[in-house]
Amino acid sequence: MAPSRREDASASRQLQPGEALELLGAMWRIRSFEERVARLHRSLLVHGLIHLSIGSEGVAAAVCGQLNAGDAIYSGHRAHGHAIAKGAPLDRVMAELMGRSDGLCLGLGGSMHLVDTEHGLMGATGVVGGNLPLAAGNALAAKLRGSDQVTVAFFGDGAVQAGHFHETVNLAALWELPLILICENNGFAEFTPRSAHTRVATVSDVVAPYGFATQIVEGSDVPALWSAFRECADTVRDGGGPLLLECLTHRRRGHYEGDAQSYRDALADNEWARVDPLARLQADALERGWLDEEGAQALERRAREEVEGAVEFARASPPAEPSVAAGLVYAGA
Amino acid sequence: MAGTETTFVKAVNDALARAMRADETVIVLGEDVAEGGPYLATAGLAEEFGADRVLNTPISEGAVCGVAIGAAQAGLRPVVEIMFIDFITLALDQLVNQAAKAHFMSGGQLSVPMVLRTQGGAGGRAGAQHSQSLEAWLAHIPGLKVVMPSNAADAAGLLTSAIADPDPVVFVENKSLYFRREPLPETSGPVPLGKAHRLREGRDLTIVALSRMVGEALVAADRLAAEGISVDVIDPRTLVPLDLEPIAASVRRSGRAVVAHEAVLVGGFGAELTAQLQAAAFDRLEAPIQRVGAPFMPVPLSPSLEDAYRPGSEEIYAAARAALEWDQPDRPAASPHAGAAR
Repeated sequence: MAPSRREDASASRQLQPGEALELLGAMWRIRSFEERVARLHRSLLVHGLIHLSIGSEGVAAAVCGQLNAGDAIYSGHRAHGHAIAKGAPLDRVMAELMGRSDGLCLGLGGSMHLVDTEHGLMGATGVVGGNLPLAAGNALAAKLRGSDQVTVAFFGDGAVQAGHFHETVNLAALWELPLILICENNGFAEFTPRSAHTRVATVSDVVAPYGFATQIVEGSDVPALWSAFRECADTVRDGGGPLLLECLTHRRRGHYEGDAQSYRDALADNEWARVDPLARLQADALERGWLDEEGAQALERRAREEVEGAVEFARASPPAEPSVAAGLVYAGA
Repeated sequence: MAGTETTFVKAVNDALARAMRADETVIVLGEDVAEGGPYLATAGLAEEFGADRVLNTPISEGAVCGVAIGAAQAGLRPVVEIMFIDFITLALDQLVNQAAKAHFMSGGQLSVPMVLRTQGGAGGRAGAQHSQSLEAWLAHIPGLKVVMPSNAADAAGLLTSAIADPDPVVFVENKSLYFRREPLPETSGPVPLGKAHRLREGRDLTIVALSRMVGEALVAADRLAAEGISVDVIDPRTLVPLDLEPIAASVRRSGRAVVAHEAVLVGGFGAELTAQLQAAAFDRLEAPIQRVGAPFMPVPLSPSLEDAYRPGSEEIYAAARAALEWDQPDRPAASPHAGAAR
């Protein structure tokens, strides 16, 4: 059942200029979207518990940018970036966050529960780590079908101390599932640093004994991340799954919007610039001459204009319909 | 066993095999399922359908339930077995937070056509962690369907429907029913979810019973018949969706009702049935609706204690008498299990 080995063995392939610009475009769309969401949340137009991914856009862009349309992803409570990078339309994501009828999920899911099956976003969940068994089930279905689909599950390091994480890792390794676990290890489980939750140094250390191949990469080094994930995807498509890619990231915002963050000091601007994946990749691209200042400004401007269009779309959309909600408790009678 | 007889567990086994033959997306997974499990409900399936479709799993109820949900969302029709309903606690996060809400929260994009088979009930001398009746928890969750068959024919037909259903269905069997000889069903067709079954017709009293208590209700009805009382015995068969209408019509005719289940009385599904029936038949009721269930106590091990704990035809008969004689000045006291919230 293992698919044939790919001809262009690309394990060590480096990021090319065109690909770097694609990634920058994707990251600007996520960054602009989330900065706008933070403002809309303060003005009560976006509802609920909002968790922003600013600081880890590189993970979403580098992973989702290299997946096929038929590949599946699962996300958690910090899902906007993954959804956008996998192709979910900005306007319908924004409408969903505002609880409108034209939202991705007709206004019934919200920020933590984005689903866009058309683009392979099979679910996001507000229960930390709760998506992991589902991702394994999706990978099992792909394996039984004999397809070369891969399934990606995004989660944070806070999910690793949950029982379902260990159960799923064990099953995925036992059944050799085509599953890629992407841990965005930002060092914090909600308000508490990792050191207060576990004595195990890295997430890779946790899964290795179960038989997982693992790799650790700086989440702000987008070219390295891109190459690492490319290798992961090729390996898993070739039947070498499952595996873990642990991305060390910085969570720029609080756990949720409104979090006073009394438990930590904010990074100084110059320190943030060193771990900001977007600033780093853009500086790199400028230095290599893949992009000039004007081009960089155009990327950002285009993203911000698209986000404004999404806000307009969402504001014009009517609130979620009670009769639609009542009709969606069951798929059947 | 004669060719005209079967058992509950054999009927389940046959229905699983038929579903797997008819639809290659049906898979079975759970602890020891390839070996048939402790009651042989999945016996022979691994031999016929192979290890890809009959998957033994580690003792990881939460992840296994989640795997079934994810596989269902990806187009398979998994039938996952939780060996004892007592262990469903370990899978409830996946069942309640993921399976039940996926269709709704995705605005209809996802569906979860899975069945979770499990078995409960006391009487096996297995103690408080292998004997519970927990169906009321599940019936409380919008998005789940809950099925409790009372006999072999219904078990086969309802399981066939549950596997074909687009929603997550929890299929609760009762271990005490597994090995009794029963007539072979006349057809192997589906029994639709959400259709109550009237097993006996009468005009003086309505008994609504779940799972094992249906047989107990029939025994009580025989005893009442010998005393000149004719009884309607109705099995809802599915708690969700609930086919209230024929039950309510019966209670409006008879004016007296007993609602019986094996689960602890307090907060049991009988409380919901009673409330709905009261609202539907209030102006015709001649007596308060009587409830029968287990006392508010974990299931005890000792055989004498367990036998006393487990409600049966005696308790149903006593509750029926209480309903029938409500308006008489020297009416009997309610049974020790009936109506006692402690």
